[in-house]
Amino acid sequence: MTDKLTPWDRVKLARKIDRPTSSDYISKVFDSFIELHGDRYYGDDSAVVAGIAKYNYQSITVIAQQKGKNIKENKKRNYGMPKPEGYRKALRLMKQAEKFKRPIILLIDTPGAFCGIEAEERGQGEAIAKNLYEMSSIKVPILSIVIGEGGSGGALAFGVSNEVWMLKNSIYSVISPEGFASIIWKDGKRAPEAADLLKLTAHDLIRLKIIDKVIDEPDEFTVDSMDNLVNDIKTQIQQFLDSHIKMTEEEIVSSRYNRFRTL
Amino acid sequence: MLKDFFKKSPNIQRRTIKTTQIPDGLFQKCLKCNEILYSEDLIENYYVCPNCNHHIRVNPRERLSMILDSGSFVEWDLDMELSNPIDFPGYKEKLQHIKSVTNLDEAVITGLGRIGGTKVAIGVMASSFLMGSMGRAVGEKITRLIEAATDRRLPLIIFCCSGGARMQEGMVSLMQMAKTSAALKRHDKEGLLYISVLTDPTTGGVMASFAMLGDIILAEPGALIGFAGPRVIEQTIGQKLPEGFQRSEFLIEHGFIDKIVKRSQMKKILSMLIRS
Repeated sequence: MTDKLTPWDRVKLARKIDRPTSSDYISKVFDSFIELHGDRYYGDDSAVVAGIAKYNYQSITVIAQQKGKNIKENKKRNYGMPKPEGYRKALRLMKQAEKFKRPIILLIDTPGAFCGIEAEERGQGEAIAKNLYEMSSIKVPILSIVIGEGGSGGALAFGVSNEVWMLKNSIYSVISPEGFASIIWKDGKRAPEAADLLKLTAHDLIRLKIIDKVIDEPDEFTVDSMDNLVNDIKTQIQQFLDSHIKMTEEEIVSSRYNRFRTL
Repeated sequence: MLKDFFKKSPNIQRRTIKTTQIPDGLFQKCLKCNEILYSEDLIENYYVCPNCNHHIRVNPRERLSMILDSGSFVEWDLDMELSNPIDFPGYKEKLQHIKSVTNLDEAVITGLGRIGGTKVAIGVMASSFLMGSMGRAVGEKITRLIEAATDRRLPLIIFCCSGGARMQEGMVSLMQMAKTSAALKRHDKEGLLYISVLTDPTTGGVMASFAMLGDIILAEPGALIGFAGPRVIEQTIGQKLPEGFQRSEFLIEHGFIDKIVKRSQMKKILSMLIRS
């Protein structure tokens, strides 16, 4: 049924307030999770949840963009828009994962990197750039899954990975449809048209080779209906880990380099 | 003459080069202080307003002539294939039109040159070409430049000037941020020097990738440098931004760039740095 949806329908589904958020995946997909905080420079960004998870007796570093489930939690989580310290926390823990040879799984769900005075003062652009740069050479396998919104550079800073997957009704875009419409047509109300042009759905992006896999999701997608999807993701994560465990560090790094080099 | 400055290289075709973007008139008005300036004086002064020190945007060929040893430039990767990855309506026609008006192939010129005798791989972006936005061709030219610098063990200099990712190419444009940054990491691992020079404006996806990854980051005075554009921030926070926000001087105060360099000093400073 959802295959008949327009791109704009999917934008709305990807942003729906009762759509499962990162914390739901962390608790349902992994056997245990210890959260670790802070970037060691400035603070702890609650739009990014990160730590060490156990999965089938393997340790994995999980780093996730976290939206809230209601207005109150969204205020705390800054609507899932990370600040520079969020990107720096993510990078710190990716380096830690590399040191202890743990694979890394990143969950992407953000309207974009936070845009405000203090984010600029603390180097939002530098923080994102540094993640792209360092992630490209990390010697352990990295998997990114877009579970909701993948908003531009703020999402890409979690997406320089060996594989990038998207849930069927998630989106990944260079700019929000509203932003695009207001720049191109000076009319933010034409966002549905923009969503169509931007090719931001999972099906468009697999065709463009920007992503590697589309994960099916139920039509009515909430925490209560996510069990099948969770089982599917678990199987696929195991396959990802199995296929990368045979690779040398050089192969892991060069396959990631080549993945982006050809785009 | 600027024309004599570009050396012909065997596999690259010769092209006519517009000598300057300054109009034919004898005089020009500074867009910042409105002072009427004598065009010849302005050229002699590196296109910097003698009255208010405003660094007027220059086209990439002018820039190369200010930085490189005369006649030393060999251009690489001319005539990249036009791509329209998301079949954006009217995009190819728009590119063709801009190519003919600007006499540029794309929003960046790349190649090999010398500064004070030392070989450098150099890229210069053009604000006149779709606001220096980065699509696949720009990302590919810059990546090839970086990879060539790595292979030939050359120092690398990129003059950044861009509004960010080119949204007419959708997600393909975003991917160029990852591609260029990954190539820079390999250049870095070889122990080679990368200097990025930020000019007005350097924002969005270019700022959040190769612009901020220099071993040394220089900026021209008064350049707008930021991740989010000032208008977007104003709309988001619903208030006016303070004077000087996201200018070079703001970035140096916050510790994100190494040095602000006047245009007249740029060649000298670069020449010293690549020899250090």
